[in-house]
Amino acid sequence: MTLPCCTLDGEYFQPFKLEGEDAARWISSAGPGLKRIEFLVPQANRPEAMAHIETDLGALGGVKSARVNLTGRRVAVVYEDGVIAPQALIDRLGFLGYMARPFDPRETGLTKDDRENARLLRALAVAGFAAGNVMLLSVSVWSGAEGATRDLFHWLSAMIALPAVAYAGRPFFYSAVNALRLGRVNMDVPISLGVLLASFMSLFETINGAEHAYFDASVTLLFFLLAGRYLDHLMRARARSAIAQLISLSAEGASVIEADGTRRYVPARELKAGMLVAVAAGDRLPADGLIREGTSDMDRSLLTGETAPETVKPGSLVHAGEMNVTAPITVEITAAGNDTFLSELVRLMASAEQGQSRYIRIADRLARFYSPAVHTLAAITLLGWLLLGHGWHDSIMAAIAVLIITCPCALGLAVPAVQVVASGRLFRSGVMIKDGAALEKLAGIDTVIFDKTGTLTKGEPALVSPLMVSTETLALAAGLAQASKHPLSRALVREVAKRGLQPVSVSDIAEHPGLGLSGQYMGEAIKLGNRAWCGMEESADDHGLLEFAFRRGAKVPVLFQFEDRLRPDAAETVAALRQMGLAVHLLSGDREAAVARVAQAVGIDTAVSRASPQAKLAYVDALSKAGRKVLMVGDGINDAPALAAGYTSMAPSSASDIGRTAAETVWMGESAAAVARAVRVGRRSQRIAKENFALAVGYNVFAVPLAMIGFVSPLVAAVAMSTSSIIVIANALRVGLGRTADAGSAKRDADTAPGTRALRDAA
Amino acid sequence: MNVLIYLIPIALFMGGIGLAAFIWSLKSGQYDDLEGAAWRILQDDDQPKP
Repeated sequence: MTLPCCTLDGEYFQPFKLEGEDAARWISSAGPGLKRIEFLVPQANRPEAMAHIETDLGALGGVKSARVNLTGRRVAVVYEDGVIAPQALIDRLGFLGYMARPFDPRETGLTKDDRENARLLRALAVAGFAAGNVMLLSVSVWSGAEGATRDLFHWLSAMIALPAVAYAGRPFFYSAVNALRLGRVNMDVPISLGVLLASFMSLFETINGAEHAYFDASVTLLFFLLAGRYLDHLMRARARSAIAQLISLSAEGASVIEADGTRRYVPARELKAGMLVAVAAGDRLPADGLIREGTSDMDRSLLTGETAPETVKPGSLVHAGEMNVTAPITVEITAAGNDTFLSELVRLMASAEQGQSRYIRIADRLARFYSPAVHTLAAITLLGWLLLGHGWHDSIMAAIAVLIITCPCALGLAVPAVQVVASGRLFRSGVMIKDGAALEKLAGIDTVIFDKTGTLTKGEPALVSPLMVSTETLALAAGLAQASKHPLSRALVREVAKRGLQPVSVSDIAEHPGLGLSGQYMGEAIKLGNRAWCGMEESADDHGLLEFAFRRGAKVPVLFQFEDRLRPDAAETVAALRQMGLAVHLLSGDREAAVARVAQAVGIDTAVSRASPQAKLAYVDALSKAGRKVLMVGDGINDAPALAAGYTSMAPSSASDIGRTAAETVWMGESAAAVARAVRVGRRSQRIAKENFALAVGYNVFAVPLAMIGFVSPLVAAVAMSTSSIIVIANALRVGLGRTADAGSAKRDADTAPGTRALRDAA
Repeated sequence: MNVLIYLIPIALFMGGIGLAAFIWSLKSGQYDDLEGAAWRILQDDDQPKP
């Protein structure tokens, strides 16, 4: 398993190898002699890529057709079996500059979303068709059709509306029945009841040749509500598939060394304890194990938050998710799959989730008292009419009219409409919300806890000192550093590239794990590494900075100091969150000095350092027990349990898989401003959702008395219900009209992040 | 009003064709990649494949 870090630019991605019997599950038949395979191609996000891939693959011998799905960033290829191998297609895509990996829709649950989507869309089409036609007939009746013509129109309406309600109403009926079975009431209960009662009463009236039929009300209601539900589903599916794509890129494997010395590629889930695995420098460990051969340094930042790599040698215990930095090593797997340190964390997460009480969405909370209230009103109407001496027929009609007019069309739209607009807006600025509940919870938080490494900081060190260093020294050090994958070496190379310099080419480079690098330049020995390696005395004061010393021949060594740079806007974000009245804490697994530096730089008073995953979980739990509603923001594997325990959670897209999965909201791009923006939009949408409720309830206050005294004709019902729905939708659109400052910073983030651009294009 | 006997079935039939066409287009995957479809029309692919 390779946990991709940081970028979609392919820095850590290796070409996918399609091997063994495993290959069969990607490939399906597409007619005699033809096979079909789908690839996930993250970079296929621009129209040029679509044309590029389709023409190039289409011209390959044996390829029948290649079609790009720009929305899903997938390529479907139909090829002649035996003429061209699927691996050749991957290699060709790689040659063109696109990372490709076979795609099995089953693994990500995407097809389930697609099917649900299609079902809602079909129901919407049927409801729309019925609503249009029935409304046409109803308008004729309202305009004064009488006698036989009116009866004919009513019968026609019944013929169209009843099958349409039976078909298009199913999503609501199922959900209502499910809720009732569990002894709960949700919004779908009054919706189903209203729609069904309106249909059956109208049928009854039609049979009796009466004046009023409410077929138009029942189908238009369904149409409006299905539109809301479809949009709601679309937004969630979009965010989910974007996250699933990030995650499915990382399902990788490892190179296993067999007893006879040959190497074989094995998918991560098939690794077993006792296997010997070769881990190259720059690779992440697929499982926990003991080092058998080789000495190297391990980057544990995703697991512990510690920025400085740790030296490991034969006999050292290493964990899945750590990155091997310096030299190739051979690891004997001691635990794989269910026994790893990772899966221990997954268990912690699961228990954290269980401990949390189920969040009840605001619409469902309202439904709890809305349904009983409405049904009581209908009962009062029935009794009142009976007591006043009206017949059973008229009394029941009046009671049903109350149920129809209170059918929560506007209420059903009040929240989804707002959340669709809000999450659409966040999505465009690179913030992906997994579902509407997360948006509601963001509005309710009172405490924000940040992780340090990779969350408030970029998770990659940058050179901070000395600022004045001769370009010659820097270029020479970079010449050595080029050969290494150590985070500090890479930081040096990045710095040199940033200054527009060329690294000097150095001969005889050797990497000494735990010490540093050595090489030869113009007859002089040069060294880059820790202080002892370069003959510098250790210094006692720890500024929380990472260091590399550099020595040329017998000259005085130069000390390079590095710091894990803050994300852009980190301090502003913390300030903005505080201004919103939120308490901000810092919770890190890193050393005191490093944590203190960051806390001071961004202005956080409450900082905890050297926190293990368990300690982080306990910290969040303690706050939750004290009644605080915590937004946990973290990226690492070590943050995952805390993310799951928080009231709600956010992770950057550079986070570990497990972190991204645990978090309810994921943001793309470098800037930390996304956190404040998500909270702000969450609050704003919650405010507007409440306004919508007020509007919808106000409509009921006005309409229910009319219905109770029997003044609601089908015409009045149609006008009242449509008007209230349209007002609620119009109000929801206000979420999209944000302040310009906010939009500006969103745009800046989006422009700096390649991934965001891709996602925005996909949106 | 006798003309209604022809007009209403005709109206329903035509509406039905529209509905059937929509459901067919949904089933044949024409809504799977709305964004790609929007760009595809701009592509110069009128040269025949080599």
